[in-house]
Amino acid sequence: MALQIIFILVAGATLGAALMVVTSPNLIHSAFWLVGALFGVAVVFALLNAGFLAVVQVVIYIGAIAILMIFAIMLTRRIAKDAGPRFNANWVWAAILAVVVFAGLTWMLFSWPGIDEPAAALNPASDPLRELGLALVAPDGYVLPFEIASVLLLAALIGAIVIAWERK
Amino acid sequence: MIPLPWILTFSAALFGIGLFGVLSRKNAIAILMGIELMLNAVNVNLVAFWRYRTPENIAGQVFAVIVFAVAAAEVAVGLALFISVYRLRNTVSADEIDLLKW
Repeated sequence: MALQIIFILVAGATLGAALMVVTSPNLIHSAFWLVGALFGVAVVFALLNAGFLAVVQVVIYIGAIAILMIFAIMLTRRIAKDAGPRFNANWVWAAILAVVVFAGLTWMLFSWPGIDEPAAALNPASDPLRELGLALVAPDGYVLPFEIASVLLLAALIGAIVIAWERK
Repeated sequence: MIPLPWILTFSAALFGIGLFGVLSRKNAIAILMGIELMLNAVNVNLVAFWRYRTPENIAGQVFAVIVFAVAAAEVAVGLALFISVYRLRNTVSADEIDLLKW
């Protein structure tokens, strides 16, 4: 019961922060609300027995991605407090489409017969973190996607440097 | 235990909010923030289905880790592009970046 109350509070705070991210007129405020929303998602991961992902969410999303965004906003400072409208002309259609997608997703989920099955029990003998580590390096597991992800990160690193390089 | 429909509704709502941000905001960095919200909603779904349906199969968490890596790469390249565009055109408004438009 306590878990459910915590989940409702966290979910409400996360959705409120997400709404502020997309509607706040000041971009810096948007970035700080984004930190709040990402932290809420980390708490949801912790509630789902995925402690490692909760830690990774805080370290990578809040520690790296959100801070990188704040840097980028500060480097393009003139537009941080844009005088013009923050939404484009089609924002009403965007809102309608977002509501339709939400309604369609929830309708599809609730018409799925397996939705009310009780949660499967975690095997107390196995440690999910150990399984995750083994699966990421096992040849019959996910070693190929893991290595490709590292190549992708290296390519993105070099690409970002080349693109942002100021040519004299 | 938290009922599974609550978590799925939460992640669908987060996805919808992110979608609205991507489609409606003018500032390119705000559009990237919307994409981050959508990726997070997908991750919540992956982890929820891992926990509630197949806890013996770790694939859900592995997919979430791969999504983390792709999100980090996407943000690094995207922000580098916006800084480069800002240097050239002095704007990051998505309406005014129309070099590829006829």
